[in-house]
Amino acid sequence: MNTLDVQIEGIGLWAPGWPDWDSACAGLRRGEGPRADAAPRPTPGLLPPAERRRAPDPVLIACEVAAQACEAAGRDPAGLCSVFTSTHGDLAITDIMCETLARAPREISPIRFHNSVHNAPAGYWTIAAHCHAASTSISAYDASFAAGLFEAAVQAASSGEPVLLVAYDIEAKGAFAELVPITAAFGIALVLAPARADVELPGLRLAAAADAATSPVALPEAFLALAHGNPMATSALPFVTALVSDIASSIVLPFGGRGGLRVDFR
Amino acid sequence: MARDVAGYTRCPSISVLAVPNPIAPIRITAFTATSALGRGRDAHARALRERRGGLRANDFTAEPLACAIGRVDELEEAALSVEHAAYECRNNRLAWLGVQADGFLDAARGAVARHGASRVALLVATSTASIGATEEAYARIEDGRFPADLRRPQVHTVHSAGLFLEQVFGTRGPCLTTATACSSSAKIFAKAERLLRLGLVDAAILAGVDTLCGSVLFGFNSLELVAPEVCRPFDVDRRGISIGEAAGFALLERDGDARAPVLVGWGESSDAHHMSTPHPEGLGARRALEDALARAGLAATDIDYINLHGTATSKNDEIEAMVVAGAFDARTRASSTKGWTGHTLGAAGILEAVISLLAIEHGFMPGTLNSERLDPRCGPQVLLANEEADVRRVLSNSFGFGGSNSTLAFARADAVA
Repeated sequence: MNTLDVQIEGIGLWAPGWPDWDSACAGLRRGEGPRADAAPRPTPGLLPPAERRRAPDPVLIACEVAAQACEAAGRDPAGLCSVFTSTHGDLAITDIMCETLARAPREISPIRFHNSVHNAPAGYWTIAAHCHAASTSISAYDASFAAGLFEAAVQAASSGEPVLLVAYDIEAKGAFAELVPITAAFGIALVLAPARADVELPGLRLAAAADAATSPVALPEAFLALAHGNPMATSALPFVTALVSDIASSIVLPFGGRGGLRVDFR
Repeated sequence: MARDVAGYTRCPSISVLAVPNPIAPIRITAFTATSALGRGRDAHARALRERRGGLRANDFTAEPLACAIGRVDELEEAALSVEHAAYECRNNRLAWLGVQADGFLDAARGAVARHGASRVALLVATSTASIGATEEAYARIEDGRFPADLRRPQVHTVHSAGLFLEQVFGTRGPCLTTATACSSSAKIFAKAERLLRLGLVDAAILAGVDTLCGSVLFGFNSLELVAPEVCRPFDVDRRGISIGEAAGFALLERDGDARAPVLVGWGESSDAHHMSTPHPEGLGARRALEDALARAGLAATDIDYINLHGTATSKNDEIEAMVVAGAFDARTRASSTKGWTGHTLGAAGILEAVISLLAIEHGFMPGTLNSERLDPRCGPQVLLANEEADVRRVLSNSFGFGGSNSTLAFARADAVA
C-alpha cells in the first residue's frame, strides 16, 4: 500500500466525564481529571428536542462528536461526506431485539427495528445536518478505528474534499455483555482534509505496516479504564494521545488480519 | 403512459455538491452469485430467462409468518470445515457456498498470488451479518448466558464474514465491512474504485452476504412492509417486499482480461429525509443516478437497461418510478428482479450487479416477475416481460434505510465511452 496524507481540521470527543474534545485534551496533555459535572448522556444541539430525548445512545454520541468536529473545523455539516465506524453498533438494541425475538417476535418495535441498522447514526446525522452528501457506515471488528481512519483518508484523497469521520461504541447490555464486555460509551470525530502545504494543521501519513504490533503509548491514568472498557477507545485514545503530545512521532493501529496501519504524525 | 413528474420538477437545488469528474473504468474479472435461484451465473441466467422465480412460502421462522421468502437450499447441510469451525453460522455458510460457484475462490486466490496478499483489498457488505447466530444464542440462553457453542465473539459481529473470508482468500490488504442496510453491497464497488484509483491496491475482492433471520422478517413485518404473498414490484396492487438471502462476489482489477465487463461509474448520496421512508421527491436517488452518469461520462440516453431497487413497497416503487420516468427516455429499459430473488437486503446491491452483468453477457433484459398491472406512475421504461436486446451499458440502483442511496454503472468491454 502507498501512503495517504491528510490533515486534521477539527476533532470532537465524548465519553463519560469527558463531554468535549477540550476537556479530553486537557486530560491527555496536562493530566486533568474527568469533569464530575458532565451529563451522563450527550444532548447534541443539532438534533430536534424530541430526538435528543428518545434517540438511541449511538445516535446521540455520534451526532455530538460530529457536530463538535465540524464546528472546530469551521465546516458546514451539510457539505461533508462522512464515514461512520463502530465495532459493535447499537448493543442495547441488539439485546432488546434478540430478547424480544426469543420471547414474542411479533412484539418487535418498528422504530427500534429501523434504528437497529448499523447506519442509524449516519441516517440521523444526515437528516439533522440536511446533508445530501454520501455517507458510509463500516465495521472491522478490533480494527474498526483504523479502518474508519483509512476509509475517511481514502475518500478525502480521492475527492480532494474534507471528510467527516465518526467512531463510536456503546456499552454492552444483557447476555451479550459477557461475550463483549464493553463497560463505557465513547465517541470521537475527526474532520480530515487532503494534505495542503500552505495550511498549518496537524498532518497524518497513513501506510500499511507489516505487522499489528501496536507501539505502546502510555495513557494518563484517568483514561485507562475507558481504553480497556471500550474497543473504539482502545485504538483511538493512543492515537489522540500521540497526536497532542510528544510521546511518539508514529503509532501502529491494528488493521485486520496480521497487519497494522502505521500513522506518522507530521 | 401517464408520467407523474410534478414533484420531480420542484426538487430543491442540490447543486451545492460538486459534480464529480469522470473515472477510469475498472475491470470486473470474475463474478458470481448464489441466491434462491441457485448457485452461480448459469443458474441465475436460466431462471431469469425461463421466468422461474425462487420465492416460496415462509418455512424459515418457528413462529408462523405468512409471507414469501427467497431461501437458499441446503445451507442447513453445508457445515463449515473444521479449520473454519470458529466462524460457523448461517451467514458464513452462505458465504462459503457462494465462493465455490463459478470458480470464484480460485480466481480470487489467483489474484492474491499474482498481486501479492497485501495488494488485494477485501470489501465485505452486509446488513444483518450473522445476527441469526445471536438470535439463536438468546433463544437458547442458559442461566442468563449464551450457550457454550455460541460463546464465539467472532460470529456475533457485523464484521464476522470479513474475518472469515480474510482467512479463506488469504488477503492481507485493507479489509472492512460496509453496513448501510440495503445499499451496503453497492457501496463496496465505489470503495474498490477509490482504492484502485489511488493505487493503494491492485485488486479488490467484493463480497455481499446476507441471510434470512428473525430480525428482518419480524422487523419489516412490524413496519407493515412485508407482502403476504410473492412481491410484485411496480404493480399497482403491490403489497410489500419478500425477503431473501444471497451471497454475491466480484473481483475488481485495474488491469485484466480486456474482454471483461467494466465498472464505469458510481454515485452515492443521502436522502436526509427519514430513517425508513424515501425522500418524497427522490432527491437522493436522483443525485446518486446523476453522479454515476457523471463519473461514467455518460448521458441518460446511453443507458440500455436499469436494474431497479424495486422492492415492491408502495413508497419505494412510487418514487423510483418517478425518478426513472423523469430522467430517461422511452428507449431505456428498467425492471426489478426482486420477484425472482426476493429483497436480499445487504446482498441486493451485488446480486443485482451480477444480474446486470448477466444482462450484458447474455444480451437480454429480465422483466419484472409476478407483476401484471403497472403502477400508472411508471414511465414506458419499466419492463414486465423479458426482452432480448444488445445490452451495452447498464445501471443498478440500491437504496437503504437511513436514506443511503447508490447507483452503479457497468459497461460491456467494447462499450466504454
